[in-house]
Amino acid sequence: MPLLARCTCRAALLGIGALLSLAQPALAADQPKRGGTLVIGSTQTPRHLNGAVQSGVATGLSSTQIFASPLRFDGQWNPQPYLAQSWRLADDGKSLTLGLRKDALFHDGKPVTSADVAFSIMAIKANHPFSTMFGPVEKVDTPDPHTAIIRMSVPHPAIVLAMSPALCPILPRHIYGDGQDLKNHPRNSTDPVGSGPFRVTEFQPAQRVVLERFERFFLPGRPYLDKVIVSITLDRASLVLGLERGDIQMLPFVTQSTDLKRLASDPRLSLTSKGYDGMGPLNWLAFNTAKQPLSHLQVRKAIATAIDKNFITRALMGGFATVSDGPLVANSPFAASDLVRYPFDLKKAGAMLDAAGYKAGANGERFRLGLDYLPGNEDQQKNVAEYIRGQLKKVGITVEMRASADFPAWARRMAAHDFDLSMDMVFNWGDPVIGVHRTYLSSNIKPIVWTNTQSYANPKVDELLHTAGSLIDPAQRKAHYAAFQKIVTDELPILFINQVPYHTITSKKLAQVPTSIWGPMSPLDEVYYK
Amino acid sequence: MLRHTAARLLQAAGLVLAVVVLNFVLVHAAPGDPVETIAGASGGMSPELMAQLRQQYGLDQPLPVQLWVYLGKVVQGDLGHSYFFNQPVAQMIAARVPATLLLMLSAVSLAFGVGTALGVLSARKPNGWLSQFITVLSLVGFAAPVFWLGIMLVILLASVLPILPVAGMRSIDASGGGIGDVLDVAHHLVLPTLTLSLVYLAQYSRLARSAMLDVLGADFIRTARAKGLAERVVLYRHALRNALLPVVTVLGLQFGNMLAGAILVETVFNWPGLGRLAFESVLRRDYPTILGVLLFSSIVVVAMNQITDLCYRLIDPRIKAP
Repeated sequence: MPLLARCTCRAALLGIGALLSLAQPALAADQPKRGGTLVIGSTQTPRHLNGAVQSGVATGLSSTQIFASPLRFDGQWNPQPYLAQSWRLADDGKSLTLGLRKDALFHDGKPVTSADVAFSIMAIKANHPFSTMFGPVEKVDTPDPHTAIIRMSVPHPAIVLAMSPALCPILPRHIYGDGQDLKNHPRNSTDPVGSGPFRVTEFQPAQRVVLERFERFFLPGRPYLDKVIVSITLDRASLVLGLERGDIQMLPFVTQSTDLKRLASDPRLSLTSKGYDGMGPLNWLAFNTAKQPLSHLQVRKAIATAIDKNFITRALMGGFATVSDGPLVANSPFAASDLVRYPFDLKKAGAMLDAAGYKAGANGERFRLGLDYLPGNEDQQKNVAEYIRGQLKKVGITVEMRASADFPAWARRMAAHDFDLSMDMVFNWGDPVIGVHRTYLSSNIKPIVWTNTQSYANPKVDELLHTAGSLIDPAQRKAHYAAFQKIVTDELPILFINQVPYHTITSKKLAQVPTSIWGPMSPLDEVYYK
Repeated sequence: MLRHTAARLLQAAGLVLAVVVLNFVLVHAAPGDPVETIAGASGGMSPELMAQLRQQYGLDQPLPVQLWVYLGKVVQGDLGHSYFFNQPVAQMIAARVPATLLLMLSAVSLAFGVGTALGVLSARKPNGWLSQFITVLSLVGFAAPVFWLGIMLVILLASVLPILPVAGMRSIDASGGGIGDVLDVAHHLVLPTLTLSLVYLAQYSRLARSAMLDVLGADFIRTARAKGLAERVVLYRHALRNALLPVVTVLGLQFGNMLAGAILVETVFNWPGLGRLAFESVLRRDYPTILGVLLFSSIVVVAMNQITDLCYRLIDPRIKAP
């Protein structure tokens, strides 16, 4: 299992490998060149730039440039050295020992030490929105300035992935350890200091972030780019236009099939869907299992049978999306293939509803349901909802669409569990412990958006998730998650529809656009202009 | 006169207070709250963290208490902190005012100047071809929605004929300073100004035209002409001065409208002004920021109305304070 590098020798090997690949001159034409400004377009507005106390792609995009983390990950979920040259998860899974490199500096010239790592991990535990990520961490020991030992109360294998740039930015203790509340620390927005490849020279909220090369970055010769500018606008169309005009050279997180089609045909641009496995974004239909008649399993199964996912991905999403049948994205190391599937069959769906006791009335109607959707993404949400309404009409279920004016209006309905059916887009966030458990644990039925608002409860699932989250052996974890996926796809608190077709579009002049599992939320130190 | 001014000021203050209370109630009536939005931007958040944030922002207090606390702060000149950006609202508004002011001033000048000129031109020969042409143009300008005009202008001038920038106030990699910066901003200003002003330009031209026609039919114009005054003098000194009154009235009233129009234009063109700040804060239920922007705008609108009154007296000395 690549997720867990268990011995230092492997880590060392990987480290040497990375160094070799750096030292080895590739073909002369592929030799990275220094210089140039990369403008990234984004519709996501970061609240501030400190990813230690704020999750999400908006902050992640810049935070991963400013702050380095203990490890980074390649496209196959393998950990790679970053601030840490070695790492070892103890056999009991209750401690992770990091061997830090000795030459890393913060942007203000102070060295990065284990004290900073200890401070950052405890700060993330206390302030980061993902409470499960460092939940079991009790303390971090620092026997010497370059060794940090993360101690956990229970085995916590997800800790290795949690060392990623997007999840574990290392903050300078001498700046953030001044006793102020970290969530509101002024340095989150003004002059944040990290040890990453770029340092902030300008941050205008809701407008732009200007990042310049940190000349004393610990990886020699890198980053190659002089400058990275994140240009923020609410209007997607003007970003697409900017890309076509050459004002912008990179546009991540694009999902709209019309945009993708148009940009794919531009010879100056290249598209990739790689780089989103870590985020693991899924588009799904949630059932409120606490309400009649959706509390009947047969009704949920009938609805699943009435929906043709292939039509959705091919016709509605222009073939850019792929069908999803389970709670984990296909490229997750824990994704199982043994899932309960519901082949599209309208007749069968009708018969299932009959059998469940919901016979059609005189007007052909069996019952009525409301259908919500997340506003703001027509392709992934509204259009799919409209299609589902049409399909359910065919089997005698009258669906009323409930539009929400904006995100807070929709989020309020979800938090209040005030819905029958709702479309939703939810991220896996790498390890299932971080982004998957929350949807299914019965202890997480809470009045908050993106918890178990489906009110799904199965003690067996609770147990499987708890065990899988604390097992050290990757094969055993995988087996537990497989059993979980089978149950959940059979009991259908959620009908999985498709993987969100996030794409990164870049100018063909750019090389080494990040395709690691965290894609655009990876350090851009390897990107260069050809 | 002094008493009159004091009375007006008191009236204005009462009006602003009423606006603040009304805004507060309306903004809080929208479904969803800032903490839910922040949780959304984070991809999920623990209940403890959300409760902590709610408490920190005072959102766990009953609404009347929140209103009282807010009013208390506003009276002391404190507009609070943005929940989303954790920055003082006053500072955020101050940072955005210049951009909006620049956009509105250039749009108002264009709309008022060119609109009035077109109106006067078409009133000179009400049945001539030029007049007909201007009438058709103003009809189109009147009827077309601002956002549609904006998009069409972008397609034409920024995409098909790429002579103007798509959006923003400065070039993305502008390093700032000097005459180059001024030109850069001016270049970026063209499209939003055109978009924001076209509707108003059409309105002023129609208004100026009908006001001009009205005045031109009046007895004193006939007298002036009978005296043998040059047509130019009749037109500009006698007629225009009188015809301007309704145009200025509308100008004052429309200041508020234009501020509303700026929200759309600033959003379409990514113009870093107050309008966009207001729009984005509404999407995030960032109460202090929304309220701050609304308070600021209402003060501006009330002030504009007072200034319009003053202008009346300048244009027509017969108008006196009651």
